[in-house]
Amino acid sequence: MHELLQQVFSGLAAGSIYASVALALVMIYRSTDLVNFAQGEMAMFSTYIAWTLVNAGLPFWVAFVATLVISFIGGMVIERVVIRPVENAPVLAAVVVTIGLLLIFNSLAGWIYTYTVQDFPSPFPDRPLLGALITTRDLGVIGVTLAMLVLLFVFFRFTSTGLAMRAAAQNPVSARLCGIRVGRMLAIGWGLAAAIGATAGIMVAPVLFLDPNMMGGVLLYAFASALLGGITSPVGAVVGGLIVGVTENLVGTYLIASQLKLTVALALIILVLVFRPNGLFGTGIVRRV
Amino acid sequence: MAAILELRAVKAFYGQSEVVHGIDVAVEEGGMTVLLGANGAGKTTTLRAICGMVRTEGEILFAGNRIDRRATEAIAAVGVAHVPEGRGTFIGLTVEENLRLGGYTRPRGAPANMQRMYGYFPILADRRRQQGGALSGGEQQMLAIARALMMEPRLLVLDEPSFGLAPRIVEDIFAIVERIRKEEKVSVLLVEQNASLALQLADHAYLLETGYVVASGSAKSLADNPQIRRSYLGY
Repeated sequence: MHELLQQVFSGLAAGSIYASVALALVMIYRSTDLVNFAQGEMAMFSTYIAWTLVNAGLPFWVAFVATLVISFIGGMVIERVVIRPVENAPVLAAVVVTIGLLLIFNSLAGWIYTYTVQDFPSPFPDRPLLGALITTRDLGVIGVTLAMLVLLFVFFRFTSTGLAMRAAAQNPVSARLCGIRVGRMLAIGWGLAAAIGATAGIMVAPVLFLDPNMMGGVLLYAFASALLGGITSPVGAVVGGLIVGVTENLVGTYLIASQLKLTVALALIILVLVFRPNGLFGTGIVRRV
Repeated sequence: MAAILELRAVKAFYGQSEVVHGIDVAVEEGGMTVLLGANGAGKTTTLRAICGMVRTEGEILFAGNRIDRRATEAIAAVGVAHVPEGRGTFIGLTVEENLRLGGYTRPRGAPANMQRMYGYFPILADRRRQQGGALSGGEQQMLAIARALMMEPRLLVLDEPSFGLAPRIVEDIFAIVERIRKEEKVSVLLVEQNASLALQLADHAYLLETGYVVASGSAKSLADNPQIRRSYLGY
């Protein structure tokens, strides 16, 4: 029982990482109908930026905040420069562009930082808590993710920019007629997604270690999470992420060799697409015709 | 009186094809002007041209300033509130959020404006927490007009507010549009299929056929024109 609970908690920590990346995917999907395959590599690159800042002597949390700001701006620039030109192109063209971005970021990181695996500092000490049920590090990861989710919720629910972003995603024509600059809202969406991804990358790097291919598996889990939750639902992305994290950990511990854990994500993706394509929360909204 | 909106030799295009062929239209400050015409005459396209939603040629002046090269959101911000065909409801957002979005460019006046809108449309106050998509057609039309007025516009552009609504509800909506025009001191440009109703309310009218203005003048003169009576009024 004790071991089971341990695995559940460490699954929740991993799941909060997947939830963050899934949330970034959902945000971009909702606003531009686009699956951003580069989300993981963007997060990886952000993590390298944080690593550089920490190595330059900045305190961890200063480097963390600076990285989020840089990632936010970087995300906006990517939207303006790379995504905007294919905005009205067939969706496949835009998807290929994001795959191109994935390769570019991966190669760029390899070229600048080499493919050598690097140690990444954790801001949280690694001590057991509650009779070794959970470690302080896992608790810290979960805490940071929750804090980020609360901030995002407040932003989208209560600020006029957040509301304008939701409006621009739902009905761009009507949003423009209300005087909302839809293009700017999309750019902010990409910026936010990049910053969310950066948080996930920085939180997961102490566990996975830093290298240009660090986020490959995480992105796959994040896809599974987003699909499970319903690709259009932010709440679904978070719930999906936590479910995937726990499931993966339990299956990897009790059912199959942990080297095969990634197949859990693939199996989940297939199961969801076959049996419940809308996911858990991706149901249609109330509509009267 | 001066014109709040003036179209000078305006052409409008969908892609390569020209749909509106150089029309002149003016809306008097404080007045209500109606564009009449059959389906496909170019009425909706003319409204879209005003709001920068289609490619245009020619000059469009709003309060004396050119707006024909500006983005839709910029035209909205200077005071043109467009209630589009189909009402443009944000169906997944609540009634109150829909209204807040209308006030996006006028945040300072928004709380007071919202209370005023609930005064004009009490049903919206009752439904403020419901999703826009859950409203009936008539309620959505009211929401769309209220959302547009939240912009504190000088010109209200209405694209077929009667579309798909029961006659009694259409009368309600036009009655309130008339009241709003007077109380909010807003000019109105209206596109309407229901010509007899529109000509009763409007002071000026234009008749469009296949992208040309074929008749224009005071609403009364158009209502008295025998040919228009036969083709559009049916008596």
